[in-house]
Amino acid sequence: MLIDHPLLGPRDASEFVYKGDASLINRPDWQAEDALAKFIDYGYLRDNPASDHRELWFHEQGDRSWLVVTRDTTTHEIKSVELARDVARREGRSK
Amino acid sequence: MNYSGFKVIKEALTGHRGWGPAWRDAAPQAEYDYVIIGGGGHGLATAYYLAREFRQSRIAVLEKGWIGGGNVGRNTTIIRSNYLLDGNEPFYEFSLKLWEGLEQELNYNAMVSQRGILNLIHSDAQRDAFIRRGNAMILNGADAELLSTTRIRDRYPFLNVNNARFPIKGGLAQHRGGTVRHDAVAWGYARAADQRGVDIIQNCEVTGFRIENGTCTGVETARGFIGAKKVAACVAGSSSRLMQKAAMRLPIESHVLQAFVSEGLKPVLPGVITFGAGHFYCSQSDKGGLVFGGDIDGYNSYAQRGNLPVVEDVCEGGMAIFPMLGRARLLRSWGGIMDMSMDGSPIIDRTHIDGLYFNGGWCYGGFKATPASGFAYAHLLATDTPHETATAYRFDRFERGRMIDEKGMGNQPNLH
Amino acid sequence: MTGSNRLEGGLIDRSKPLRFKFDGIGYSGFEGDTLASALLANGVRLMGRSFKYHRPRGPMTAGSEEPNAIVELRSGARKEPNTRATTAELYEGLTANSQNRWPSLKWDAMAVNDQLSNFFAAGFYYKTFMWPAAFWEKVYEPIIRKAAGLGTLSHKPDPDSYDKGFLHCDLLVIGAGPTGLAAALTAGRAGAQVILADEDHLPGGRLNAETFTLGDQTGADWAAAAMAELSSMPNVRVMTRSTVIGAFDHGIYGVVERVSDHLPEPLPGKPRQILWRVYSKRAILAAGATERPIVFENNDRPGIMLASAIRAYANRWGTTPAKQVAIFTNNDDGHRTASDLVAKGVEVVAVIDTRTDAPGSDLYDVIAGGEIDQTWGRLGLTRIEVKMPKGGIRRITCGALGVSGGWNPNVHLTCHQRGRPVWNDAISAFVPGDTLPPGMIPAGAAAGDFSTHGALVSGRKAAQEALADLGIDAKPTDLPQAEDAPVRITPFWHVTRAKRAWVDQQNDVTAKDVKLAHQENFVSVEHLKRYTTLGMATDQGKTSNMAGLAIMAEVAGKSIPEVGTTMFRPPYTPTAMGVFAGRSRDETFRPTRKTPSHKWAEEQGATFVEAGLWLRAQWFPKPGETHWRESVDREVTQTRKSVGICDVTTLGKIDVQGTDAAEFLNRVYCNGFAKLAVGKVRYGLMLREDGIVMDDGTAARLAEDHFVVTTTTANAVPVYRHMEFVRQCLFPDMDVQLISTTEAWAQFAVAGPNSRALLQKIVDPEFDISNDAFPFMACGAVTVCGGLRARLFRISFSGELAFEIAVPTRYGDALIRRLMQAGAEFDVVPYGTEALGVMRIEKGHATGNELNGTITALNLGMDRMVSKKKDSIGSVLSEREGLNEADALKLVGLKPVNPDHTVPAGAHLMTKGTKVSAANDQGYVTSACYSPNLGCHIALAYLKSGDTRMGEVIRLVSPLTGIDHDVEVVSAHFVDPEGDRLRA
Repeated sequence: MLIDHPLLGPRDASEFVYKGDASLINRPDWQAEDALAKFIDYGYLRDNPASDHRELWFHEQGDRSWLVVTRDTTTHEIKSVELARDVARREGRSK
Repeated sequence: MNYSGFKVIKEALTGHRGWGPAWRDAAPQAEYDYVIIGGGGHGLATAYYLAREFRQSRIAVLEKGWIGGGNVGRNTTIIRSNYLLDGNEPFYEFSLKLWEGLEQELNYNAMVSQRGILNLIHSDAQRDAFIRRGNAMILNGADAELLSTTRIRDRYPFLNVNNARFPIKGGLAQHRGGTVRHDAVAWGYARAADQRGVDIIQNCEVTGFRIENGTCTGVETARGFIGAKKVAACVAGSSSRLMQKAAMRLPIESHVLQAFVSEGLKPVLPGVITFGAGHFYCSQSDKGGLVFGGDIDGYNSYAQRGNLPVVEDVCEGGMAIFPMLGRARLLRSWGGIMDMSMDGSPIIDRTHIDGLYFNGGWCYGGFKATPASGFAYAHLLATDTPHETATAYRFDRFERGRMIDEKGMGNQPNLH
Repeated sequence: MTGSNRLEGGLIDRSKPLRFKFDGIGYSGFEGDTLASALLANGVRLMGRSFKYHRPRGPMTAGSEEPNAIVELRSGARKEPNTRATTAELYEGLTANSQNRWPSLKWDAMAVNDQLSNFFAAGFYYKTFMWPAAFWEKVYEPIIRKAAGLGTLSHKPDPDSYDKGFLHCDLLVIGAGPTGLAAALTAGRAGAQVILADEDHLPGGRLNAETFTLGDQTGADWAAAAMAELSSMPNVRVMTRSTVIGAFDHGIYGVVERVSDHLPEPLPGKPRQILWRVYSKRAILAAGATERPIVFENNDRPGIMLASAIRAYANRWGTTPAKQVAIFTNNDDGHRTASDLVAKGVEVVAVIDTRTDAPGSDLYDVIAGGEIDQTWGRLGLTRIEVKMPKGGIRRITCGALGVSGGWNPNVHLTCHQRGRPVWNDAISAFVPGDTLPPGMIPAGAAAGDFSTHGALVSGRKAAQEALADLGIDAKPTDLPQAEDAPVRITPFWHVTRAKRAWVDQQNDVTAKDVKLAHQENFVSVEHLKRYTTLGMATDQGKTSNMAGLAIMAEVAGKSIPEVGTTMFRPPYTPTAMGVFAGRSRDETFRPTRKTPSHKWAEEQGATFVEAGLWLRAQWFPKPGETHWRESVDREVTQTRKSVGICDVTTLGKIDVQGTDAAEFLNRVYCNGFAKLAVGKVRYGLMLREDGIVMDDGTAARLAEDHFVVTTTTANAVPVYRHMEFVRQCLFPDMDVQLISTTEAWAQFAVAGPNSRALLQKIVDPEFDISNDAFPFMACGAVTVCGGLRARLFRISFSGELAFEIAVPTRYGDALIRRLMQAGAEFDVVPYGTEALGVMRIEKGHATGNELNGTITALNLGMDRMVSKKKDSIGSVLSEREGLNEADALKLVGLKPVNPDHTVPAGAHLMTKGTKVSAANDQGYVTSACYSPNLGCHIALAYLKSGDTRMGEVIRLVSPLTGIDHDVEVVSAHFVDPEGDRLRA
């Protein structure tokens, strides 16, 4: 597979390390009342769609960016690639 | 129709006109006591044991394509019970015992062949871990033996021990491990279940569940609604897709695992061997092909095919231990969809919806589990209590912090 | 002219005769021959035996789809089993042997199976060999295994090398027949970056095997001219002997180039084969088509071949399998073979055409509406019997029979991403469907366009289309006039009344087997294949799948596409495993990482051990030491007595900088870091989000906004990856930067009571490293040896007064030498990983053996380190009940009750008086060693409620290694539990 890195252009997927669903960005608030339940969902339950999947890849043999790749799990077609940091900020994460 | 020596000879001499269908193509009835979704090895075994062991009737197996077309027909055929953890080892040992009697049980030669499995050891830390595992196996009633490098060389004279990057320092053997003719497992269970009245319904995809007041009353299918007192999901790599129709999210990701077979060769490998410093495991089929595999491709996929880097990685592992394999040719590759769970261990449990049961999360170890999975699932379906060897395979183990993590990799499915 | 069946002409070089041997008999052929063409020219038709019935077989094809003529090529360590004689290029001195026969190819004892074939019908083995139960493994299976298999591996390491490479192009053209050449010319002339790959050594495809002209040239000449032009273009790379084996995601194709297979052995420095990963923007599939046979009684005798193969042997290789040839066809293409053979002077005894409206001919006898009823000839065809259209049988003497059942487009690569071909009635064949690998355009015969004219035009059009997608304007290339015959075929798959008619010749699957599969409800294509083994042989069903489908369709009363489609998976042709491995084998299977002191350690005669990819010194034997324990005990004793030095560079080092660095570490470690003073080091415990310990190490605060984090050797990479995840994905606005500096610093542990005195000789005098100025857990930048920048950490893994000193990696070798020199007065010793392990066990420090991915801070006795006052990874999920059981495992020490006993790692623990069983399992031993300080074996272990069981005598069992004795539970801190030495 080829991943079109937003900064570096197309790179072979074997330069990257895969982590999983990009929902891992949405780490729950540790102080929420139901923090334990939320962390259990966060840690263990996955949509695992047979369609577009937003997922985290780490450019380990490259610039060490974490990327959010949107990829169809039935065809492997990649629809978009973003820096995970931009996605995280957009989704309201900060410090 | 019973297979017997007499029958085989008679048919051979009379043009094989007397062989009937191995199983009937049943048309769906309006309602069953049990509807099992998924005509793979586990689903068919579940139906068989429900009928035979638990004396249940009115059972249907619904298969969206043709039976045995999923992972039971796409694996490296290995059976073993060399597990470490108490949540797993008794279950897989139970499975191995069922394998040992399978042919007589089913009156079908699935070619269970206990030619042994050998895990190579390449470091002191690995030896420590394998000794712990071997002891756990013995404590659970399984067999295990620690082999010296000399003994391994006697059995596998072609192993690279002279200039290996990771020298071989011994191995953990389970002599009762081995291989089984994988397709025959599906067919054997199908035939035996059919003989006990189970309806095997192919080309019948489940498109939805009918759930009323928290109770599942049946399934919508490509061939209409089928009512059921109990609905049992058993669809491996398609688990998330199916259970999504019941609004369930699972502790499972689907990943592709490739497997490979070489051209037919005269016997070189007596048993199953696994490389400990890379991803490669290999056996030789009765037909002569080397059947081998390695790690999953590592990304979520439903595509039933993989990519080149893993092919290369697997062959590198093969060449690392057997440098003679350079001139053996890889004939065919295939990809199966693995239901990789969050701790690498399976789930056989009720769901929060009454009447709806789940069996999945087998990662890439589902084939060897087929008999026990069917037996334990049938036990759960028939009695509503878990089988004694499957008590740990519950959904709630994650919220309770009772993971069964053989590899110690945590909640990342592609590392198991 | 050599050989009894050699004809005039062809593309062989008669000025270059080559000698070769088959089954020990010497023959000769010419350059340009394949093994099969040369054997045919010598009158040899029998080249192999089938898999199950050991039927005599000769070549069926002239290409890579060959099912029958497979041999063991070469000898010794280079022996290649299952090599297709039809593609093996002849070279001087070639040796080949037939396989899967005993004692000889002509007299094969296993041919008795053929007499017993009634018993060996499809799936017979599933129904039998079950009585008595024990006989399967003891009797039946060993016999079956011995009989099965085809060729034999050499049992010796492959002496050749393999390589891998990467190529990029705008357009990959797969196949250099008329379609591929037209496509490559069009794209090449337009300036696109083109790769043209063909499995043959001679580009041209069928043009080399046909007699028709392109313009005023022969096909072969036109192909040669096209190749000359393409080869002159700098933007075109022509790859011959290169098979495109697979179409992978995103336009990546696997291509295997057989660099040396046509030579006796690779030239010096050259690989046998190269695996290319071709990154293409577009690809044109111009893979042509494969003729398919018709299934009839005894259709497998040597001499019965595809008609197009006989034509190719005559036209390209100047040979014929026999002097008298008959043709059996259902389409016009069979007639083309007949007329070509006549032109070559071969006697065509009859063309049996199943069509009642078959075209007539002046050149040969046409039997319209005839069918082959029977064939004769034990080791090679001698006679056929034709069922005449108006009844009656006609016997015809012939040594070869060309069979043409129509052509199948080579759609294989279109299926590699699970695209399904679709049925085309006009040509009675499957053609590429709509779901193609993205970027792939099938063209020419591969797309069902079978005429030469059609191929040329289709190739040109495909190239224009592909380049237009890429914004490259390709002008139409002038194409020569070429034949444009329509496809005229009336499907005819098999002679229905045949008793034994082969569908899959290599695997011995007959038409009856297909029918039996149907009778037993193995109706779907996948069931059919698996039950009968149809299409599972080394030819991958290229010539057999269609007939199997057709017969199944007929007995099931369905159309062919209703029964199913043919599916193909990579590789396109069987591919040597060696080429997939490339250079990753033997010592170079994986890279080797060497520590900065490696060369020095080698000079000291150190024994090395693999630690992941690293090689580390395991111990340093002294003259006279005969057992490793002597060396290790000495290293430990001397370090604890005076001073020892160990290279600890392999530990991961991560530089953490930024105004939020302290807060960042607060999040990734479960214990607090915000208040760590500058110039201090703290032990840090890192959890995974699931609350399990991920790693441990130290973090040294070199400045307010600058930390150096260490990890265990094994986790250097995963921990860095994890920290980047936390930084980029969870806390993207933190001002913190990370960089791995593992390779940047050489680091040595200097341990023992004299470590400070030694270091004081190395560290420049302006830096005070006295106990007051530089106490336990101090750190700081210093200079050594007169100005070299260095970092000094007062940390201890051994439990002694100890330091770790780091210098830029390139000074590592110099520093170890200087340290050893300076330490001479203290009798300094280098110590290896074994002594390191002994000392850390004596001190009760956990490493990888303890941090096995299932262990919590509670298990380590460090639960109070998990701060609940801050947000840190893993703290919430570590609260789950299962991770906080009352009888949780706790890290303890173990000592044998009998001091002569060992306490081996991997042993399990039982309470005294209980039965040895899994149910009573109390824990397990993680690390063990002999402690020279305690004078006995000791171990670290996890024991249920271990912290409350100090002093208890328990039972240590290792049934695997035959050990069962008593051990005492003690503190894991065997040495200096108060830590006085650390602070000295």
